[in-house]
Amino acid sequence: MNSKYYIVLIVAVVILFAIPLIILPNAEFGGADSSAENAISDQGYEPWFTSIWEPPSAEIETLLFSLQAAIGALIIGYFIGYERGKRAKLKQQNPAP
Amino acid sequence: MHIMEGFLPHPWWEIWFAIAIPFVAFGIYKLTKIAKQIPEAKPLLALMGAFIFVLSSLKLPSVTGSTSHPTGTGLAAVIVGPWITSVLSVIVLIFQALLLAHGGLTTLGANVFSMGIAGPFLAYGIWKVAKRTNLPSSVGIFLAAFLGDLFTYVITSAQLALAFPTAAGFMDAFIKFGGIFAITQIPLAIGEGILAVIMFDFLAKYKGQLLAAMKVIKLPTINRNQEEKTQ
Repeated sequence: MNSKYYIVLIVAVVILFAIPLIILPNAEFGGADSSAENAISDQGYEPWFTSIWEPPSAEIETLLFSLQAAIGALIIGYFIGYERGKRAKLKQQNPAP
Repeated sequence: MHIMEGFLPHPWWEIWFAIAIPFVAFGIYKLTKIAKQIPEAKPLLALMGAFIFVLSSLKLPSVTGSTSHPTGTGLAAVIVGPWITSVLSVIVLIFQALLLAHGGLTTLGANVFSMGIAGPFLAYGIWKVAKRTNLPSSVGIFLAAFLGDLFTYVITSAQLALAFPTAAGFMDAFIKFGGIFAITQIPLAIGEGILAVIMFDFLAKYKGQLLAAMKVIKLPTINRNQEEKTQ
């Protein structure tokens, strides 16, 4: 498996999530979680407990979601870079015969 | 799959807590055990937590014109086992419940069960079957992550249908909630499956011996090269 194979896979993922945006220009793209929430509220249900704290605006919510992704991506990137660096150093020290 | 805060009435929120807690408790036990027995596995635990963090933060568009997010727990179940995956899910779900008002503390038990227990256990089982039937690892990982992701949403639909059956009963409500989640989730689950394969291949290449020590893979199934012998 060479790097081309992985580039194709990553491009496939990007295309997979670009398709809905292209073929559905007028869709709202609301969250499925809130659709379910609305379906329940439509039955007349009142939630008995509400969130202790809510992000004060959509911008702050985006900030915190980005932060969540950034923390995860940082750890993944560190891990991959560390392992690749370690491998490269080993190769330098013991060149293949 | 996040059931919002306060959206599970008594007795359902207590029931899901009661079901989830033993899994998480045993997961914490397994986590401390593996950290002691195989200390080299610790970065792998962090990596799987990070993978779940990233994937569950991405609200992706789907062909239904709505968005949802993948879970990332299928790959984690294969690598560190479903028990430990339940603990990692608790961390992510608490983060989202407290800081993002996404999911909730009262619905934590139900959400941990769907994302951290049901999906991961199915993914783990599929991986085991794939290994036994000698399917290529990429096919096994794809199916595990894909079906684990979908199953999480099937369980969420069932949890909501149990708590909120329509006049026509559970099945009618299950189909209603399933309709909201299932089709939206299919392309996302495919994407999660592909990302899981990429991550798994990297781990098999660079951490082959560690994965073998953790009994995820058998070494002859991967490229045994010089670097891994010296690791």
